[in-house]
Amino acid sequence: LLYLIVMSEEEYNSEEYIYYSARPEWKDVQPLPQDDGPNPVVRIAYTEKFKDVYGYMRAVLRSGEKSQRVLDLTTDAIDCNPANYTVWHYRRQVLQAINADLNEEMIFIADVILSEPKNYQVWYHRQKLVEWTEDPAKELSLTAEVLEEDGKNYHSWQHRQWIVQRYGLWDGELDFTDEMIKKDLRNNSAWNQRYFIVSNTTGFTDDVIERELQYVIPLVRKAPNNESTWNYLHGVLKDKRLSEQPLVRTLCDYLYNQHVPSSHLLSTMVEIYEEEAEKGNNESLQSALELCHKLATKVDPIRQQYWEYTSRRLTIAYGAESKGSSEDKTNPDP
Amino acid sequence: SIIIIMGTPVKDVQLPDNPAIKSLLLDKHASYVEAFEKNKDDYDYCMTEFLRISGIYWGLTAMDLMGQLHRMNKDEVLEFVQSCRHPSGGFSPAPNHDPHLLYTLSAVQILVLYDKLEILDVDSVVKFVTELQRPDGSFTGDKWGEVDTRFSFCAVATLALLNRLDAVNIDIIVKFILSCMNFDGGFGVTPGSESHAGQIYCCVGALAITGRLYEVKADQLGWWLCERQLPSGGLNGRPEKLPDVCYSWWVLASLSIIGRIHWIDK
Repeated sequence: LLYLIVMSEEEYNSEEYIYYSARPEWKDVQPLPQDDGPNPVVRIAYTEKFKDVYGYMRAVLRSGEKSQRVLDLTTDAIDCNPANYTVWHYRRQVLQAINADLNEEMIFIADVILSEPKNYQVWYHRQKLVEWTEDPAKELSLTAEVLEEDGKNYHSWQHRQWIVQRYGLWDGELDFTDEMIKKDLRNNSAWNQRYFIVSNTTGFTDDVIERELQYVIPLVRKAPNNESTWNYLHGVLKDKRLSEQPLVRTLCDYLYNQHVPSSHLLSTMVEIYEEEAEKGNNESLQSALELCHKLATKVDPIRQQYWEYTSRRLTIAYGAESKGSSEDKTNPDP
Repeated sequence: SIIIIMGTPVKDVQLPDNPAIKSLLLDKHASYVEAFEKNKDDYDYCMTEFLRISGIYWGLTAMDLMGQLHRMNKDEVLEFVQSCRHPSGGFSPAPNHDPHLLYTLSAVQILVLYDKLEILDVDSVVKFVTELQRPDGSFTGDKWGEVDTRFSFCAVATLALLNRLDAVNIDIIVKFILSCMNFDGGFGVTPGSESHAGQIYCCVGALAITGRLYEVKADQLGWWLCERQLPSGGLNGRPEKLPDVCYSWWVLASLSIIGRIHWIDK
């Protein structure tokens, strides 16, 4: 056997870490090794700490011991491998069994979240703690702190939605999305949150739609190539006809006259023309087809197949002899 | 990295002009997968114990696609799968871990791959899966209760592979999945959460398996999915994010299911 001593900086510097196998208070436990494989030719020493901790972790999972020392062991196990679902799961069982101080645990998990914000397990752990304590007081600030570092962290937004919905913390949430949008108007998650809040509070009434159009349209003008703002605009008008929205028509005319080469702009115009073609306006059909061609060849050639499909679909649906549902009649295959 | 296209910053990667690797190195990939399972002292191997059975499924599938499945140790794998079986009917990722839907699906998939479903107690697996369904049609991953559309997929896929979709009420499962459809035609983890390519795959897959694909707004979703393609050719998982090869799978598979894979520039 050849031993390669590779120590992580942390292990080299830390003289406090004592292997579990050397701790007298753990003498009563026989560590369980991982499933055996063939004898390794090279054993890498920086995994020794990992193997030590997990040897004891496995033993404890088998014996079912739930105690303070096991809680501390899970802390080390988490430190070695924060993605290990089984350890987090067991930690929760230990916390309950020993009636641990959940406030301390909230502080602990907040720290882990801040250092591992993309890890599923840490957020789920936090959620469970909130459920047990029914204390949502710190959740908005925790999620805001994570979003400060990474405005699109999916888990953070998800946790925030869960909190807001469960505890009715809708007040101020629209303002929060506004802050996030001001920081980065391309933040799709922030737009999604805005939609979520409106849907679950006032709903998209005519007044609210008007308000949201006034909100999003200037931002579309500001960044006409941004997918999120256009998607939000379309979402707000989901149950309406675009062609009947003067604000949208003005927006499109303005940007089109500025020759803004935005696929989202042209795509929206195609939709407006389609609505008009539906009513028998053949000029609109031709305009739509022209835009599809422009998109397929100049503005968005990477999605040529989609634009050619759309042309075919429009032609079949609204061309000279045809009436009826376009999606049923057309094969989207080339 | 920031690339400017027509005056607007686009989040994308910059590929090298002259890449060193110009073709898919299948032999090397096969050797890597074969070696991974053998090197039980490897750091990454140790770190991934909590998802071991899924790792095995991914490795076996890759080898099968490359025509190299025979290089894997079938008996060892089957023995390992058996060792992950839990009295509740579910499977854990490795011995001494708790059972979970994710790993139950992987176990069933491995057995299907090796045509060894007969070693299963199908009724007990079905029981494990159906007991994880909630009244609103959603599924939790395990008895402790995390709801996620991924688990809707795992549940219906597991049951379908065992030919036991009859064990559940499809309508309510579909109702929940559809409640996760967003204004952009995509799907998220739970109702209201942001559309994400991975979750879209799970939802579209589940709808396809349950024969309810017609509920998907195929043109709208297809467009959202093909919008994931960036100038570099790579795919992201949601708007304004960087491309990642995992999304090549989630997005292309979803588009394939709804018959619009050619909307991506090959």
